[in-house]
Parts: sequence; structure tokens; C-alpha cells
Amino acid sequence: MATPLVELRNVTKRYVGVTAIADLSLELHAGQVFCLLGENGAGKSTVIKILTGVETPTRGEVLIDGAPVNFASPREARERGIATVYQEVGTLPLMSVARNFVLAAEPQRGRGLFRRLDLEEASRIALKSLRELGISRVDDGEQLVGTLSGGERQALAIGRAVHFGARVLVLDEPTAALGVRESATVLKLIDKVRERGVAVLFITHNAYHAYASGDRFMVLRRGCELASFAKAERTIGEVIELMAGGAELKSLLAKGELAVGPG
Amino acid sequence: MSVNPHPSDAAGAAAASQIDDEATRRPARSRLGRLLIRPEAGGVVSAILVFAFFAVAAGQNGFLSPLGTANWLDTASDLGIIALPIGMLMIGGEFDLSVGSIVGASSMIVAICAGYYSLNPWIGVVLAFLVAGLIGLANGLIVVRTKLPSFIVTLATMLMVTGGALGVSIALTGSSSISAMTAGSAKTAFASDFHQFHISIVHWLVLTAIASYVMQKTAFGNWVYATGGDAQAARLAGVPVTRVKIVLYVCTALAAALSATNETLTFQNGNITLGSQYVFTGIAGAVIGGVLLTGGYGSPVGTVFGSLTYGIVSLGVFFLGWNADLANFFIGLLLLLAVLANHRLRQLAMGRA
Repeated sequence: MATPLVELRNVTKRYVGVTAIADLSLELHAGQVFCLLGENGAGKSTVIKILTGVETPTRGEVLIDGAPVNFASPREARERGIATVYQEVGTLPLMSVARNFVLAAEPQRGRGLFRRLDLEEASRIALKSLRELGISRVDDGEQLVGTLSGGERQALAIGRAVHFGARVLVLDEPTAALGVRESATVLKLIDKVRERGVAVLFITHNAYHAYASGDRFMVLRRGCELASFAKAERTIGEVIELMAGGAELKSLLAKGELAVGPG
Repeated sequence: MSVNPHPSDAAGAAAASQIDDEATRRPARSRLGRLLIRPEAGGVVSAILVFAFFAVAAGQNGFLSPLGTANWLDTASDLGIIALPIGMLMIGGEFDLSVGSIVGASSMIVAICAGYYSLNPWIGVVLAFLVAGLIGLANGLIVVRTKLPSFIVTLATMLMVTGGALGVSIALTGSSSISAMTAGSAKTAFASDFHQFHISIVHWLVLTAIASYVMQKTAFGNWVYATGGDAQAARLAGVPVTRVKIVLYVCTALAAALSATNETLTFQNGNITLGSQYVFTGIAGAVIGGVLLTGGYGSPVGTVFGSLTYGIVSLGVFFLGWNADLANFFIGLLLLLAVLANHRLRQLAMGRA
């Protein structure tokens, strides 16, 4: 198999008194969606923090294109092409789509004192990027971001990251706050991004959303790998069981200590 | 909004209702609608309304005469020079309560140098701008380093600047009010007039043009809007949020020094209490001009109309022969209406009409 874009190799992260993740290894490949599943506190956030340079591992290595790296800051990770789209922040409701899209990487023209924003270019690349992600309802770069739906805002954030050179996209619970239709929009976005050869790390606790778009899966529990498999290896039912601690439930049921009915 | 062209055609009705669906989710797209959701709309409307009122009520008393016009434009420009950067700072998500004290301190510096010590007035002017710039820098650094609310930080610096300036001027001159005659190029630059129209009006218009250009047409302007909209999101996107805030504080302080220099050399008197009203009228001018208290929205042109409103009301009340305190009553009322209107305008802009 090709060299992974990003790899965690036997990574352990310990905070004072707590082991957040223990001896974890995973590979993110170009054009592949890797789903990281698990309950709250399973260690998903810690994996994101290590990948994006917010935290450094206690033990183990982070490799980019096969070479070990030591991120000193989130900016360094960003410069190496690892972009994060957060569930709660990222877009500015009172700014226009175009201005928001190019924020902090504004296209400019003119020179010296007359160096100014190229708003037409900003509008053009923003709308083009949104169209490529399948968002056709937004056709005016001056439209305020606050008028977009949740899914369209995710598209804006994802399109922005990809346009400005992200090779690895970390999506932290992108569907958690969205309704059914908006979630479908986001899952379609993930598909489009994969088609463009970006490696996606999709963090979620929704097994259906993961199963609908993922290529590889890892279930975390209390900082350890509980299972790791390709899509063809498990059914959706098995994935849900793994996530919900189905084995434990079953053993309790077998002992007759707990009764779980359909109602 | 839309009229169904074929009421009998079921498919047409369905299509029309779909369009209606879309329309309710989108902001007003008509030209008038677009104009009305611009941030400065409220300021323009309030300036026109108060002008119309006082033109009718006080037109016979000299409000519309060239002198009257020069007077309210002058008052508007003195405030406008300060409300302009205050508005930008508020768009960037911060307050500056120390701006009035910087006006007072700068006024004393100019007057002590040019009046008490009879130095070249430019020495006082340069020193005033230098000191003001340093105070602005201190404001900015303290706000971004401590992450304390700027309200409390600049309240503290306001007291320190006023107290410090008073202490120094008493120690040097024994007074808190110094006369300062001026002549030559400094008088031309800061205290000249043309048919009663004061040079500060020119300063105001030039600064507004520069501020508008920066806010609408440059990357820095984009960063200011983003910083005030959501500082965390801006930072994650790569905007140098702390630098943006520090620059805005320095600009505000420098504008205060300019306004102080204009007034001190025009009235030929430096006073520690000069500009103390700007603490509140500056914010009022910006908010009447459409700047959101919560940041992220507004425009320099809006603060021009907010300041114009203030100038028109102040002088209008004077020309009517009413008690001058009534001017503040009207400004307060307009401020209240402006806050409510801004909230509503923002909802319209977001398409939640």
C-alpha cells in the first residue's frame, strides 16, 4: 500500500494521572475516509489534538509522508496541510460568503499603499469551490454567511480548507448539531472531498453517518483501540454493537441481571 | 412577495410556493432591500430625520444659515474624528473608555508646550501624538495580554491618564487650564477656517475616506470584521487577532490627539476636561451610525452619519433656544432607537425577517 499521508505510530498520551490514549496506531491515506468512533471520553479529541499540533504525544510518533514530525504549534500542522473543521466555530455569520472564504488568505491586487482586496476573485473562488462541493443554492458571494444553512456553512469551511491546500481534513463531529437533511449534505461533502484525493479523518459518534461515508473504521474505548476494520469486514449492526458496548450488554443479559425490551 | 401568475395551475402554484419557501430563507434581494440592510442605513435615516426636524423648527433661527451649518458640521467633525476609530474598534469587538481622557491629556500637552513654555507648537503636537500613541499601545497590549474585558481595562487607563495628566500639569504650571496662542503652519494645519467652516471638517472627511478604504477594500479591514465577529474563529483561520486589536487601539488614541490639537489650537486654550464627554458620545455616534455593540458589523460611513446626527441635534437645540441639556435627552433617545433598529437590521440581513 502507498505511504500514508499521516500516520500515528504507537502513540500514547498521558495527562497527570490519566492515560488519554494508549499505544494507538492509525494511518490516513489520500482519497480515503477514516472514521474514528467512540463515546465521549474515549480519546477522540486527544487524537485530533495530536494530529493538529495542539498536543505532543507522551510516547510514539507522528509521521507525515513517512517522515517523523514534531509539531510545535497548530500553525505548523496547518502549514503541512492538516486542516481542522470544528463543529461549533469556523464561520462568521455577519460576513459575506466571499470575505469569509478568503479570510486570512485574501487575494489581493495593486501594489504598495494601494494593495487591496480582490473581492471579485474572492467571490469567484468561493462560489466555484461551493459548486464543486455540490452546493448550488449559494450564487452570490456577497450573501451573508448567517443566511446559509448548517450544511452550507460546513461546505464553506471544508471548501476553504481544501482550496487553501489541505491534504488531510479533520472533521470533528460535523453532523452532531444538524438535522437529517443537513447531515446528508455533509456526508455528500465528505464524498466529494474524498474524490479529490484528500485524506479525511471523520470523528463521530453516529454509526450510521460513519458507515455511510467511511472506508476504514476504528472504535475507541477508554483510550484503547477496541476494533479496527475496513467497511466490507463488518455490518452496520456489528458497528453499532461495538460502539454501544454490545458485548457487555450481552453478557449482562445472559446472566439475567438486566432486562432490555424493545419498548 | 411573489404573485402567482397562474392561480388555476396546480403545478404553477406548487412552483410558486417553492419560490416563496426560498424567499423566506433568503435576505431581501431587491435593490432597496439591499440598501436598507447596509449597516449605515440607520445612521443615514436618523441624520435625515433630525435635519428635517430642525430645518423646519429652527430654520428661521439661523440653523440653515452658513454660520449655523458651519457650527453643526464643526461639532460633528470634532466628535466624528473620534467616533470613526471608536466605531472600527467596536467592529473589532472592543471598547475604549479612555478616549476622552486622552483628549484632555493631549490638550494639556499641546497647551503647556505652545502656551506655558512658548515652544514651537509643532513640538507640543508631536509630543501629544507620541504620548497618545503610547497610551493606545498600552490599552491594546493590556487588553490582549490579560484577556480582561476592555470596558474595565480602559476605565482604569481613563482614570490613570486623567489623574496623571492633571498631576503633571499642576506640578509644572500650577494650573489645569492653560492658554495657548498659535500662528504659522500649526495654525493652518489645525486651527484655520474657510468662511467659518473649520479645518477639522476636512480632517474628518479625509480620515473617513481612508478608514472606509481600509475597512472595505483591504485585508486588514477583513480581519477587523472577523475579529469582532468571532475572535476564536478568526484566530483559527489565521487572522493575527492581537495585532488587529492593538493597531485599532493606537488609531483611536491618535484620533483623540488630533481632535484635542484641533480644539486646543482653535479655542487657544488647553483644558484637562476637554473631551470628557467623548467617552459616551463617541460610542453613541458609532452605534447611531449602525455599529453593533457586540462587534463584527458596522461601517466608517455609518459613524459619519451618527456624528452628523449628534452635531445637528446639539446645534439644533441651541438654535431653538432650548436648554442645551435637552440635546443629550434627544441623543439618548436616538441611541436607544438605534440599538433596537440595529438589532432588527441585523436580523433582516441574516434573512430572518
